[in-house]
Amino acid sequence: MKRRAIRSEPLFFERNSRRVRRQGYLLPVLDVPEVTPSEVLPPELIRKPDPHFPDISEMEVVQHFHRLSQLNYAVDEGLYPLGSCTMKYNPRINEEIARLPGFASLHPLQPQSQIQGALRLIWELEESLKAITGMPGATLQPAAGAHGELTGILMIRKALEARGEKREIVLVPDSAHGTNPATATFAGYRAQEIPSADDGTVDLGALDRMMDDTVAALMLTVPNTLGIFEHQILEIADLVHSRGGFIYMDGANLNSFVGRALPGLMGADAMHINLHKTFSTPHGGGGPGAGPVTVSEALLPHLPVPKVQRDDNGFELLWKDPASIGQMRGFYGNFLILVRALTYIWSLGAEGLRSMSDVAVLYANLVRHRLNGAYHLKFDAPSLHEVVFDDSIQTRHEVHNVDIAKRLLDYGFHPPTMSFPLIVHGALMIEPAESVAPDEIEAFCDAMLAIAEEAESDPGLVRSAPHDTPVGRVDEVRAARNLKVTWTPDDEG
Amino acid sequence: MHPWVGAGPEDRRQILSELGLQSIDELFASIPSGVCVDGLDLPPARDEDWIRRTLGNMAATNISMDSIPCFLGAGVYRHVQPSVVDAVLSRAEFFTSYTPYQPEISQGTLQVIFEFQTLISRLTGLDVANASLYDGATALVEAALFSHRVLRSKRDLVVMAETIHPMYRRVLDTYTEAAGIEVAVVPPGADGRLDPERVREAAGDRACCVAIQSPNFLGIVEDLPQLATATHDCGALAIEVVTEAASLGILNGGGSFGFDVVCGEAQSFGVAPGFGGPHLGFFACSSKHLRQMPGRLAGETVDENGTRAFCLTLSTREQHIRRAKATSNICTNQGLMALAATVWLEAIGGNGLRELAASCLARTEELKRRITAIGAPWRLAYPQSPTFNEFLLVGPGSGTELVERLATKGVLAGVPTTDWGGTWPDGVLVAVTECNSGKDLDAFAAALEQLS
Repeated sequence: MKRRAIRSEPLFFERNSRRVRRQGYLLPVLDVPEVTPSEVLPPELIRKPDPHFPDISEMEVVQHFHRLSQLNYAVDEGLYPLGSCTMKYNPRINEEIARLPGFASLHPLQPQSQIQGALRLIWELEESLKAITGMPGATLQPAAGAHGELTGILMIRKALEARGEKREIVLVPDSAHGTNPATATFAGYRAQEIPSADDGTVDLGALDRMMDDTVAALMLTVPNTLGIFEHQILEIADLVHSRGGFIYMDGANLNSFVGRALPGLMGADAMHINLHKTFSTPHGGGGPGAGPVTVSEALLPHLPVPKVQRDDNGFELLWKDPASIGQMRGFYGNFLILVRALTYIWSLGAEGLRSMSDVAVLYANLVRHRLNGAYHLKFDAPSLHEVVFDDSIQTRHEVHNVDIAKRLLDYGFHPPTMSFPLIVHGALMIEPAESVAPDEIEAFCDAMLAIAEEAESDPGLVRSAPHDTPVGRVDEVRAARNLKVTWTPDDEG
Repeated sequence: MHPWVGAGPEDRRQILSELGLQSIDELFASIPSGVCVDGLDLPPARDEDWIRRTLGNMAATNISMDSIPCFLGAGVYRHVQPSVVDAVLSRAEFFTSYTPYQPEISQGTLQVIFEFQTLISRLTGLDVANASLYDGATALVEAALFSHRVLRSKRDLVVMAETIHPMYRRVLDTYTEAAGIEVAVVPPGADGRLDPERVREAAGDRACCVAIQSPNFLGIVEDLPQLATATHDCGALAIEVVTEAASLGILNGGGSFGFDVVCGEAQSFGVAPGFGGPHLGFFACSSKHLRQMPGRLAGETVDENGTRAFCLTLSTREQHIRRAKATSNICTNQGLMALAATVWLEAIGGNGLRELAASCLARTEELKRRITAIGAPWRLAYPQSPTFNEFLLVGPGSGTELVERLATKGVLAGVPTTDWGGTWPDGVLVAVTECNSGKDLDAFAAALEQLS
């Protein structure tokens, strides 16, 4: 990333001001007779040429995106300590394997004899995820974590229906990701919030009062969004199960205990796994992710179709299964993301995966140790892979978490997750992930300590940050008030 | 030690010592012993060479679409792939970055989303488009639920053309069952097109939306103006689903005819078939319904110096702000695929896209002519109906059998309709794109003649 923009990059639609035809790509030569569209298509449906959709040369295309790329920060540039997002290194071998023609140029509806390698890959990844979670079933269909949540809750809904029950409520802790309550609503349930206890974990007494025969499931993030393990997890699971409910586990933080604990032993009935968090697939500027779901015995019959099955002749797709919730998306999941995740799992192996979690937790504790005191720690229970500070020391000088975040940009780091979880006012949620060298963690801590110092000695400097980014602080309020979400020809003035 | 874990044993000892700990195990003391294990039942670490060989062999057991004349479509298409697309996607600044919540250091991604939204808006003929959804099937689901919200749930019937991709309808069924929304399906007429009168009958005064696909699952181009009118006469929202986005190079998007939503799958715009994913769901609607739109949006604004800048906006619709009342639970979307589509469309260009679509059209018409010339036992299921780049071929035996027999002649002839159900003949959906050379068409015709 350039620290300052040399010039802003015009929009594609503002290019080619002469409005002349240039050539960005040569299409294959037309070696069949040309057809006049209006002779074979209804003329009123045929598109007229769009003078505002320019044709530019190949190098203009490359320069356009090259310049745009230089306005971005990225994992490869430095620490990206977004809590809950797990921004780790994206191994290059993953990218290479996902681009093999046998995977990338494979059509999902080819005859089964032609896709055995792809079905095998799905089967292998399911087996790996079953081993990692200690749960007996898996589906790789969901396209992202939130999609996995919905898949899991719909399976729970189906299992309840099979028991002849219709429950109305899904319990969600107040520290949960926003996707949890949104998913509950999407699945036709009412989300009800459970308060956290003083140590940041689920208030068992409150759960005891709320957990009755109208509650379908408890959605629980383990460890929770404070990076704290639910030490009463077994009591929680027993309580929910004994009253006929299910445990939905949000696996966003699975990366903190791989090889050390099993969700299957914790009583989870369904758990999504964000492959783009724990298993190193790239975040891609917002996606694609993948949100496989592992399930307990109770939910096995309700897994989505199509399912991959193995027999003596190889692998096949099972499309129909009466107890299944049905299909959650087109085809079989974000397959090329699955390819990357299996590459990662096989590369690291059992020991490597465990050391991944070990070092992620070690780093979070190093950050906690170095920053504690300079920043306020609301919950002092032991941290696993992330630690949540707040800005209450800095607000004495009218410096808020957003200012700290923007000032970090000047120091060349991506800021932590801000203002989440909601139970910590002014939160700064830091997750270093395991892949960087310790030097990078130390440099980040030094920057955070320097900013804490600046907040006292020169708060204006922090409040007016960033000073060294391609654009200055962006007016997000104006964007929402004067909505402009597409370029239009009127913009040419 | 592994190259992807940043701290070696000596680093770990030093950090533990700074933390005043003896062993890393102490950091996990908060996990109750009853849920703990000591290691995993997985194989040991593998070196890169082993990985390349083993996964390379696994990939090689698949038959790639590039290795044999291929006419598969049915929602996933093979189009030209300019090398610049993957070159841009491979830039770490794009693929290793996160959702652009910090606009000051994410202007690249944000401007790309803004350009993507504009491209989709212009192609669909609607005011606004979002930053992407998972895929075409879930885009249809979001469109149906969107209609239900816009009409404030007073109408709880979703009317679907039977000629929407059957897989999309299956996915919709999964969601509508949970949401308590009824779905009615309208079969096509004898010409494979949807009859606006039957749409009126099915929708009555109860439908929140009527969804149709064009070109439909059978490859046939629908009468969009008539269908929009029929839908609006019933007070419902009109949804057009597009599964072959390249058709928008030559056909107007439904927005031009009054459709309220145009959504679907944009895999054709530079996204690899990839055995079904990741693909690229898109969603466009009229600006009056913007606040009910699902998914992320980038908007234009200024920075503190008054310089143009972009940021995510209207997030009050989204789960991280609105939680249980959000328009959708979607968070992670298909950002990198939206980048692929943006690079692809900008490289191909406006006129280029039109030429690409015209090339598909010409090649498809040529193959239809050749099949008609061969004659019995081969025929086009709907010879009189207009198509873009796909059509239904009928021959002796089921579609599945035909595909298998043609594969023995070295041609991947298409997607059989055999197992999808439907009121149409059991045959093969044949898709022809600009990547199918005259020689591919020769091979197809020769294979048919050999089986005649």
